[in-house]
Amino acid sequence: MGGIPHDHYEPNSRGEKWLHRRLPIVGLMYDTLMIPTPKNLNWMWIWGIVLVFTLVMQIITGILLVMHYTPHVDLAFASVEHIMRNVNGGWAIRYIHQNGASLFFIAVYLHIFRGLYYGSYKAPREVTWIIGMLIYVLMMGTAFMGYVLPWGQMSFWGATVITGLFGAIPFIGEGIQTWLLGGPAVDNATLNRFLSLHYLLPFLILGLVIVHVWAFHTTGNNNPTGVEVRRTSKAEAEKDTLPFWPYFVIKDLFALAVILVAFFAVVGFMPNYLGHPDNYIEANPLATPAHIVPEWYFLPFYAILRAFDNEVWVVIAANFLTGGIVDAAFFGVVAMFGAIVVMALAPWLDTSSVRSGRYRPMFKAWFWVFIVNFFVLMWVGARPAEGIYPYIALIGSTYWFAYFLVILPLLGVIEKPLPQPSTIEEDFNEHVGGGSSGTPGSGTAAAPTPAE
Amino acid sequence: MSHAEDPSGERRDFLYYATAGTGVVVAGAAAWPLVNSMNPSADTRAASQMRVDVSGVAEGSQLTVLFLGKPIFIRRRTAEEIESARAVEVSELPDPESRNANDEAADAADANRTLAPFEGDDTGEWLVMQGVCTHLGCVPLGDGAGDFGGWFCPCHGSHYDAAGRIRRGPAPRNLPIPAAEFIDETTILLG
Repeated sequence: MGGIPHDHYEPNSRGEKWLHRRLPIVGLMYDTLMIPTPKNLNWMWIWGIVLVFTLVMQIITGILLVMHYTPHVDLAFASVEHIMRNVNGGWAIRYIHQNGASLFFIAVYLHIFRGLYYGSYKAPREVTWIIGMLIYVLMMGTAFMGYVLPWGQMSFWGATVITGLFGAIPFIGEGIQTWLLGGPAVDNATLNRFLSLHYLLPFLILGLVIVHVWAFHTTGNNNPTGVEVRRTSKAEAEKDTLPFWPYFVIKDLFALAVILVAFFAVVGFMPNYLGHPDNYIEANPLATPAHIVPEWYFLPFYAILRAFDNEVWVVIAANFLTGGIVDAAFFGVVAMFGAIVVMALAPWLDTSSVRSGRYRPMFKAWFWVFIVNFFVLMWVGARPAEGIYPYIALIGSTYWFAYFLVILPLLGVIEKPLPQPSTIEEDFNEHVGGGSSGTPGSGTAAAPTPAE
Repeated sequence: MSHAEDPSGERRDFLYYATAGTGVVVAGAAAWPLVNSMNPSADTRAASQMRVDVSGVAEGSQLTVLFLGKPIFIRRRTAEEIESARAVEVSELPDPESRNANDEAADAADANRTLAPFEGDDTGEWLVMQGVCTHLGCVPLGDGAGDFGGWFCPCHGSHYDAAGRIRRGPAPRNLPIPAAEFIDETTILLG
């Protein structure tokens, strides 16, 4: 696989040869596992494995939970308590699944930010990036529908607010909303179909993950320098790379072990820290909780959704220009989905020919403002929509769009990049082989590398 | 020369488009029942009318009933509420339409949103609304909540006045008024 020259699988025994002629599956696995990987990858390249692990963990715990769960408005809440109290080890399985969603999003955000900083989205890895964004959107849909299943107050009202987003679409919105809910409001039909889809989507994600891996195995991994692996000869390629097995597998598993220590500490000692107490009150269609807050991983986008009320001039302008068809609610919905769309379009919005942010002094500053802004939006998304908070949300939302639509296109023109190493080998020897300090701005320390 | 080949080429093209067209129609016809199965089922559609006894609703209080999965606010307003709601000019309102299923063309004047009693003139005492915020569907808090003495949506801070009209916040429309009428002195028929 891939354009990087390396040794391919050769069947040796008679049995291997017999199978290889009929189904070259061992060769496929060998080439996937032994892919030449840039040897200067830092610790931000571990999140892919963490994500694959988390996906499998969520699927396994989820399959077990469904065996004890009842998707009915009168029984769902009680069946979740039944899992917590009566099912053998049920509390652990549910808490792992519940906090696993948070681990999933922590890992995916770090994975995405890694890609944004090191320019992993740039040619020739646009397809990998787009598939990644599709996976991210599916993850959000899956997490949202999973959160509805316990049928607590936040489940019900979160579902009402989020499906209300579709109702804000002009002309056809109400029909779409009714179709999605299977009735005039969130009810039993909604709960049933959300379970069905919550079970289905992870398998679609799994399929897309395979395509995602296939795509970057075809182009080769990006790396902290953004410099491509030399492909002119196998000998040169081998100076820039190490095989994925065992070097990166062991490194990734070590990182995974450290992360799982923290994860199981949360599962064991503070399993509800990231949840909302209101979700331990059974759903009641007649009483809205005083303060509906989505799960933390949706908060930045929730802040963008709420930022555009009908006092913002762009909303007033849009409303005027469309003759009232685009109102504040629809504008907010477009902004929220648009925030993800502009991120998906990053490969075509970024005009810089330099891939890695490490060699882009101006980009670096804007990037870190983007990261801080992400957390500001997350914080303001959890605040009530009053006082100063809507203004902060509006400024944060504006920066989000400006980053992708103005800053990335302009920087490529006005920025003077720093010199890049000519090869990965050079960078490796300078940072790791020579034993000097860590990479600037990447938040990583140059740990002693395996072997060599 | 090419004339000799055209007939067969045209026939081939025709067959190609006819087959593809038929395939699309058949696929669409097969998909529609699957899509439609997710629309509201017959029993959900059947529950579209409801009688509500309002004999116990005192002045200045609100009865909330669940109708078609959504709360309906039935408020018997005080004289002050009626007065404050009637004092507002329609031109001051963000949404100037009545949003009243019983009188769709009317403007949002208070008199166009209240429900007439079984006999006699509409005194503005009865206000029947769907208690669903027009922003994203939360249930607004009542009993004079918000800055306009009516309802306040806790989710995103929309303020409604004593006639359930949007006054400030992200909600785009007044609270909708469902089809409703008094069918005797103390019973309202919804739907």
